[in-house]
Amino acid sequence: MKNIKILGTGCPKCKQTTALVEALVKETGVEATIEKVEDIMDIMQYNIMATPAVVIDEKVAIKGRVPTRSELLELLG
Amino acid sequence: MFDWIIKLADWLVYNVLHLEQGKHLSNALHFFIYDTIKILLLLLVVIFLMGIVNSYFPVEKVRNFLSRHKLYGFEYLIASLFGVVTPFCSCSSVPLFIGFVRGGIPLGVTFAFLITSPLVNEVAIGLFIGLFGLKITLIYVISGVILGMTAGIILSKFKLERFLTPWVKEILANAEKESNTFEAENTPFSKRLPIIWAEVLKILKGVVPYVIVGIAIGGLMHGYIPEGFFEKYMRKDNLFAVPLATLLAVPMYSNASGVLPVVQVLVSKGIPLGTAIAFMMGVVGLSLPEGMLLKKVMTIKLIGIFFGVVTLCIILSGYLFNIIL
Repeated sequence: MKNIKILGTGCPKCKQTTALVEALVKETGVEATIEKVEDIMDIMQYNIMATPAVVIDEKVAIKGRVPTRSELLELLG
Repeated sequence: MFDWIIKLADWLVYNVLHLEQGKHLSNALHFFIYDTIKILLLLLVVIFLMGIVNSYFPVEKVRNFLSRHKLYGFEYLIASLFGVVTPFCSCSSVPLFIGFVRGGIPLGVTFAFLITSPLVNEVAIGLFIGLFGLKITLIYVISGVILGMTAGIILSKFKLERFLTPWVKEILANAEKESNTFEAENTPFSKRLPIIWAEVLKILKGVVPYVIVGIAIGGLMHGYIPEGFFEKYMRKDNLFAVPLATLLAVPMYSNASGVLPVVQVLVSKGIPLGTAIAFMMGVVGLSLPEGMLLKKVMTIKLIGIFFGVVTLCIILSGYLFNIIL
């Protein structure tokens, strides 16, 4: 069971990222919980400087941009 | 360099659409096709090049560099220069600010970066080259760097730490020089390229509608406003023109890509370039929604001082350009 967190304060790019992650998790059937972290203080715990970011099992995998499909597939796989 | 676009526009307007040469409509359409293709191509090239630079120069690297090196007063200039090559989306300004504070970088230096980064961004540069040519683009970029540096130095004199929100003050108290070395990602270029390319397309897609509408409006105005129309109202010696243009510009942000093509037409009809540059800096560099985002880390008073100082610097550079250009 993977734990995926999407960090972002609700900007358009963060919403795109969330939608993409949700779609790919559904598509691949990977077992994962998806969590949106929108509070800036919580986001800063991950020591990132640009949003959106994708955290998989507490490890920052993507930061500062919307991931590409193939990138996410690789990370989920 | 752009001859082939003229030929392409010729062919489309006169051969495909069978419009008569020299008529008002065909001229406007020709102008529109030529400008749109030229500007979109330039945007593509500039955004792509910046994407490559940024891929090797992420903002973490900038932070670590500023945090670890003693720069003897040059840190403002360097932070401002970094702002040119590291574009960031305004929604990231809060995490970026905290990241800098945590790294023990002085507030004034952080502000220098925060001012230049949106002011001199890839979309603005691409549009500037297309609309105003290389020389004016260079002037814009250099003055953007100087402006960020100057405003940063001025802001550092205010002892602004007391105007931060409490939780940021706490971070400031625990700030330390960056000790963890930057983990350089050894991703090969071939793997970076698709990511950079995807980002380029995303940025382009976001600005294309505005650019096209802007050029269309500009094209229409081009035909209907007589030459030198504005010289009557906006002469260089009109002292109110620059502040007025700047204050009008601050609330406009999201449409920067649509506004620039219109401004270009205004300049060709007699608005002084310094006034126009001040206006454009206000549009590109300062945005009220971004200011409101900063409320998480700064008190309203600090946001006010920040915007006030930057606005003042923009107005001053407008006057300066009107004198020297």
